[in-house]
Amino acid sequence: MPTDSPNAQVISLSSKRLVTDVPAPNGGDAVLRDVLSGGPFDGAVTGFVLSCLPDSEAPVLWVSCRMSRRENGRLYGPALRQFGFKGHVLRVEVSHPRDVFWAMEEGAACAGLSAVVGEIHGAPEVLSFTATKRLALRSEASEVPVWLIRSGDHGALSAARERWRVSSLPSEVHPWNRAAPGHPLWEADLFRARGRAPGVWDARHEPAARWAKDRLRLLSRSGDGPVAQDHSPATELARG
Amino acid sequence: MVLSEQGTHGPVIYALSAEARRRGIVEGTRVVDVQAIHLDLHVERSDAEGDRKLLDRVAIWARRWCPWTVRDGMDGVTMDITGAAHLFGGEARMLRDMGARFKMQGLSARLAVAPTRGAAQMLARHGGGGVICGPDDLAVAVAPLPVAALRINADTVRLLQRLGLKTLGALMEVPRVALMRRFDRVAEEFNPLVLLDRALGRTADPLNAPEDAVRWLARVRLAEPVIDPVPHLDALAADLCRQMAKAELGARRLRLTIYRVDGEWRSREVALASASREAAHLVRLMAGKLEGIDPGFGFDLLTLEALRVEPLALHQDHLDGARDAGKDVAALLDRLTAKLGPEKVTWSAWCQSHVPERVEGRMATLAGAPEAVIEVARERPLRLLEPTEEIVVLYAVPEGPPARFRWRRVSYLTARYEGPERVSPEWWRDRPGTRLRDYYKVEVGDGRRFWIYREGILGDGRGGDPRWFVQGIFA
Repeated sequence: MPTDSPNAQVISLSSKRLVTDVPAPNGGDAVLRDVLSGGPFDGAVTGFVLSCLPDSEAPVLWVSCRMSRRENGRLYGPALRQFGFKGHVLRVEVSHPRDVFWAMEEGAACAGLSAVVGEIHGAPEVLSFTATKRLALRSEASEVPVWLIRSGDHGALSAARERWRVSSLPSEVHPWNRAAPGHPLWEADLFRARGRAPGVWDARHEPAARWAKDRLRLLSRSGDGPVAQDHSPATELARG
Repeated sequence: MVLSEQGTHGPVIYALSAEARRRGIVEGTRVVDVQAIHLDLHVERSDAEGDRKLLDRVAIWARRWCPWTVRDGMDGVTMDITGAAHLFGGEARMLRDMGARFKMQGLSARLAVAPTRGAAQMLARHGGGGVICGPDDLAVAVAPLPVAALRINADTVRLLQRLGLKTLGALMEVPRVALMRRFDRVAEEFNPLVLLDRALGRTADPLNAPEDAVRWLARVRLAEPVIDPVPHLDALAADLCRQMAKAELGARRLRLTIYRVDGEWRSREVALASASREAAHLVRLMAGKLEGIDPGFGFDLLTLEALRVEPLALHQDHLDGARDAGKDVAALLDRLTAKLGPEKVTWSAWCQSHVPERVEGRMATLAGAPEAVIEVARERPLRLLEPTEEIVVLYAVPEGPPARFRWRRVSYLTARYEGPERVSPEWWRDRPGTRLRDYYKVEVGDGRRFWIYREGILGDGRGGDPRWFVQGIFA
């Protein structure tokens, strides 16, 4: 411990890192999770959900309604492999949100699936508290994680165990080309959760991680700007 | 009108209509030769496999008259009507009935009755129509027929004709020993002596009829007509599953038919992703399909039939009674497909192409297992807009994507971009005049990343100014 000199006082900064990792949601947990889209036409939600899905041979049931496909496009298979997702996707493309819920409930009751993902655009009437409660109970009974992607919705009442709002952040600096967008960064806002504290984090997808639960990395946001190596928002650099 | 088949030197005529025959066309001539003479000739390819299948079905259908029927060659049906003719009021009336019913089916038939199979087929093909030949006049009836009627091969026919034996009568007059010595090397099915013996009943010629196809069918007859089929489904499915369990089979396709009191019938079909004989699962699938089935004034007979069955052995998956995951998924596919329709529940099917929207297609889940994913070398967006949407360029720059553009009534400022990646039109698929595309990955101010492309380049001679489109959204 350095002693105080007569002229000045030596203070030591805390050895604690300013930026810390927070455990990402364990995608294997069989609960219902809501993911709201922070803005329109934002691919961040899809990326966030995909990086949380468990590693499994079993297929993922991906249900979407017509409005969601029109607004945000349909899931594009060739990109899934590049994104690090290895399973098969069983697509159910229906027109009405009512059928989305029906298919999701059927899927949530089927233990042979690795996960169920549903997409709904807007806030249709069928997206009620009761409907989400049923889905949550089914998911917990059969141990299938269920994700509900809601776009164009401000977050009506829901029985989901975790509720996230995800939006894009300016991406990281591209390693070779400063003018090009780099690795995607998202802002993940957990605004309601059971069993963990809510918070806002920077989320990053790690496709090379060995275990599925490490694929999504949540970094706490420090108020002091870019201090740590792994927290270098491209905003600053892009601006500068 | 003629049918053609592939010959050694191009297509030859295989079968022809009455009109074509009247014009003097014969089987076996080359189609090009005939077409040169008859310019208005209509030629169709023959479908031997289809003909054979049809004839097999006709043979089974013909069991309405007698229990043993079999397809005979590619153009006949043999029926063993022993002990069955009296049910139709004698052979003559039975033949009339057959003629009438074949005519109702749209088929013309030449019929003959004879004590032996060989004689009957010869009389039907070469003896004119409607011949009824008793055991006493058998030899007399076949005597005037040509030797080719025996269906011996062409070499033997030629040999016999060279010997002056043109009819069966002539052949019968030749001493047996001479024929036996002459044809002792010829295979049994072409040996004229053996065939003649069979036709005249000197040797046995039994009919080897295929067994009736088993129908997996459960039915419920009701004392009073009812309107709602659902309460009877359990009993039907249990009965059907019991039958299939005995044979270790599972159903892949089911049909429920209701027979209404006004004589009409209505049916519903469901398909299954994997063979199953779980009564509860079948009932659940069927019950979802019965909405909107019109019961009229009620129905008094229901049948549940397994149209397609597959072997399904009994096996225990887990000692602790846990559910089998694969079976669960198959049952889920059945339920989803039965309710939403096969085109809505899909796996991805892949196609080798550079055009992004062509790479991924859809395949109904009941059609098969998912294929392995195609690797695409360049980065692709997670979401693809279908159809692509045009954007309005507000501030174009000479190189790269527009610095400012409007899409869906919001204007965006390009912060960073990557590209271009050029995708040329596929000349073997696209229409002529299709323009190339230059793709850019564009990040706008707030961090959203879009995949936009410019269609064509200025002065490529395929239209006016290039246009810009959004096709995808990156994570």
